[in-house]
Amino acid sequence: MSPKIDVAFKLNGVDVRTTVSPGMSALEMLRDELHLTGTKYGCGEGECGACTINVDGLSANACLMFAADCHGREIVTIEGLVSDPRTEALKKSFVAYGAVQCGFCTPGFVMQARNLLEKVRSPTPEQIRRGIEGNLCRCTGYKKIVEAISEAAAASS
Amino acid sequence: MDAMEKPKYDGSLIGKRIPKMDAPEKASGKTRYIHDIDLPGQLHAKILRSSEVHARIVAIDTGAARALPGVHAVITAADVPWQRPIGVAKDHLPLKGDRVRSPRDEIAAVAAESEDIAAAAVKLIKVEYEPLPIVATAEDSLKPGAALLHGEDLIVTGPDGKREVVHKASHDNVAMTFNYGQGDIPNGEAESVVVVEDVFRLHYVTHCCMGVSGVIAEFDASENLLLYSNTQVPFLHKREFAELLGMDPGRIRIIQPPIGGGFGSKLDIYPFEPIAIYLAKITHRPVKLIFSREEEFMASPTRQPVLLKMRSGCRSDGRLTFRDVETVHDNGAYTSWGATTPFVMMQTISSLYRVPNCNYRTRAIYTNNPYAGSFRGYGNLQATFAVEAHMDKLAEAIGMDPLEFRLINAQDPGEVTPQGMHFKSCGFKDCLQTAASRSDYQAKFSAARGKWNDGNPVKRGVGMASMLHVGGGAKIYPSDGCGTIIKMDDFAHITLITGASEIGQGSETVLAQLACEELGLPLSAVTVVNNDTDVKPWDVGVHASRTTFIAGNSALGAARKAKAKILAAAASKFGRPAERLDLREGCVIDKATGEKLIEIGKLIRSLHFSDKAELVMTTFYYEPPSHKQDKEFRGDVSAAYAWATQVVEIEVDTETGIVKLLKVIGAHDVGRVLNRLGIEGQIEGGVVMGQGYALTEDLIVENGVIRNPNFRDYKLVTAPEIPEIDVSFIETMDGEGPQGAKGVGEAPAICVAAAVANAIYNATGVRITALPFTPENVYRALHSNSQPPTWIAAA
Ligand code: FES
Ligand code: FES
Repeated sequence: MSPKIDVAFKLNGVDVRTTVSPGMSALEMLRDELHLTGTKYGCGEGECGACTINVDGLSANACLMFAADCHGREIVTIEGLVSDPRTEALKKSFVAYGAVQCGFCTPGFVMQARNLLEKVRSPTPEQIRRGIEGNLCRCTGYKKIVEAISEAAAASS
Repeated sequence: MDAMEKPKYDGSLIGKRIPKMDAPEKASGKTRYIHDIDLPGQLHAKILRSSEVHARIVAIDTGAARALPGVHAVITAADVPWQRPIGVAKDHLPLKGDRVRSPRDEIAAVAAESEDIAAAAVKLIKVEYEPLPIVATAEDSLKPGAALLHGEDLIVTGPDGKREVVHKASHDNVAMTFNYGQGDIPNGEAESVVVVEDVFRLHYVTHCCMGVSGVIAEFDASENLLLYSNTQVPFLHKREFAELLGMDPGRIRIIQPPIGGGFGSKLDIYPFEPIAIYLAKITHRPVKLIFSREEEFMASPTRQPVLLKMRSGCRSDGRLTFRDVETVHDNGAYTSWGATTPFVMMQTISSLYRVPNCNYRTRAIYTNNPYAGSFRGYGNLQATFAVEAHMDKLAEAIGMDPLEFRLINAQDPGEVTPQGMHFKSCGFKDCLQTAASRSDYQAKFSAARGKWNDGNPVKRGVGMASMLHVGGGAKIYPSDGCGTIIKMDDFAHITLITGASEIGQGSETVLAQLACEELGLPLSAVTVVNNDTDVKPWDVGVHASRTTFIAGNSALGAARKAKAKILAAAASKFGRPAERLDLREGCVIDKATGEKLIEIGKLIRSLHFSDKAELVMTTFYYEPPSHKQDKEFRGDVSAAYAWATQVVEIEVDTETGIVKLLKVIGAHDVGRVLNRLGIEGQIEGGVVMGQGYALTEDLIVENGVIRNPNFRDYKLVTAPEIPEIDVSFIETMDGEGPQGAKGVGEAPAICVAAAVANAIYNATGVRITALPFTPENVYRALHSNSQPPTWIAAA
């Protein structure tokens, strides 16, 4: 079949190497090759945010990024943030504020919210709503997600 | 660490804000959805769908696909001559052999080593078609001479070679009809001082569960089938799969991994599920089939589009006299639950308000369009849209305040409607008054009307709508019940095994609360098991807003039996009557003195390890006291009914057609709040789903083809657009509900579009009777650039 490409990058703080095909997305690589399933497929077209990861300190849709382009970069997924205080605060407030129903969108929202709080320490509700507008949730109606992010910002600033 | 963590007790669990028990796993990305499960040796499946809307299949060539390395099987209808039809009317074979009726139609499927190989193989399959005329609308479908979608008997051949007609030919494209009547329409008309009539058109929308559909099928060495499935009705599907496959249902096990959203979309079996099973059977390997988002848009069900004609009248004192309704539903190419939604629509039409004379006739019409399934609210959004528009119109026609007009006609507790529904608890009038006063509805309503001609292009308006929905299950099958098993271990930890299915709504937490409340245990003492048909007792499924009520009563029943057992043991141990004892804070207590007699765990150990060794393990099956309706659709179908009123405040920019939903003020009769956090989440999520139905979502179907199968062009509401939401709970303490609670899951989505329509009229003086209220549609309507929907010519 198609030629294979070797990629090496830092994933959640650990150096990893793997082989990918040219057309493979970073999302497919993370899920199918590296078995990190916290990053979700919701659309594959950059429209839902379920696949939100962090690449070199910036928020990115893993579905829109080629796996091969991960080479030499620093990638962080929801699994890599177990001891990150900001992420822990977010997870806690998502739970406490009822921001999780089916939960399929939740890792993407947590990643996006973390990215927002890295840039803006105490965002207004309006800034939060704008900050997560690329993430879709069909269950919650977003209100509790916005409240959870506000609370996490207050708790960690 | 301290030898054992002590639980914290905070008094009663009922009505508290209790975080969802599975939320920590979900927030950490650790929850394994069906997409995240891979079995050793698993193959990946892909489906070839039709490239034509309506055509005969002349030839299928799978040679090149079969020859592709890594392909284990390619199947077409010819490979499964024993396949049987699925769906509500059994008019739908999973793999189409001779004819396709929709671009979603499944022609062939591949199982391969990887998804990529399966996808490549699908591309190699060649199909030759002979096009047939496309039936693009229900109206066209009813015209004389229209192509017939199912004009021939559907015949299947059994493994024994016996031929059987499984679906009779339809010679008029009518898939299903419902007719209901009460009183006498001409009498009602004669008593009316005003009569209003409109035609309403309700559009296509789809569920958009964030997790796409998928299934994993595997046969063991003895040919027992294991399915990982996101079904909302595992026990019904066990039986249906057994029929499809000619198997003993006892040999089918369904495991339900956590689901990325349901909303009614998973009440029916869809072709991809039997197809994965066929492939697993043929390859002797586990087969996983997961949709792409585009496939999800194309091949999962829709909310059914409806054309609805309504005439209503009232007296000068405001009392309704009659309501006469006719609907045509676009059934799509095959029949799923969408065709049966008139069952719910008629409840709103006949019984939301007191209307002595009522007639309702419906037809679901075959077309080449996507077929409609069940979707949160089940027809009620459509019916409520029309009924509430007429409530406003009639009030205006007789010069009455719309709130007052509704209060005159609203149901009261104790009412038995002509349809036979018995409203034992009913907080409808409370809902109306609460929503109106919290929104200052009447003042805002009058103020907005005064500004129609003030020259300001940006208008504000308020709109009100109410709803009635089943809140105590819905007896549409002979049983509407649910079983529970509770087992208690030696440390007073309980495993609550419930028949109920969890689809994100929080049932596991509510059931745990109910059991813990009864047993005096903390939530940390419970594990809920709810996802394996080999383990859990029977339940009819998660639909009809029934789980809190039905599974809740079932869990309570099992917990009460466990409690009785524990108290009896304590009574004999301490020589006090059981009636004097209770369970609280993990201990047996004396009710009179509050004295803690013994920790529950200790008592259980003493039971277990005594010479008459005994375990605390109980079962309970709850069947609600409701009835299947008769052939005329009369009967008390639910053990309780839920009510709500929502007032919306909107802003309309008459120069752009943009409607902004600013605020939703809801009052919901939920019986009793069990988990405040969970119920708020249901209401907020439902309101925003209703907002999408009203304002942004529109599945565009042209000549049978979905034009916008992606989130770029199919607009879900995003975070910046959400309204302010103010919810009040009306606690009517239903006598049959668990701790007084009634169902709530569907209710919040039902009235939003109806209320927005009334608000647009209040803001602008223009009544729009077709959804959705996208800027283009609203602009055209405001500038007399569009025709209101008309009733179909041929009918
Ligand atoms: S899966 Fe990447 S944005 Fe939807
Ligand atoms: S919680 Fe289900 S999609 Fe967000």
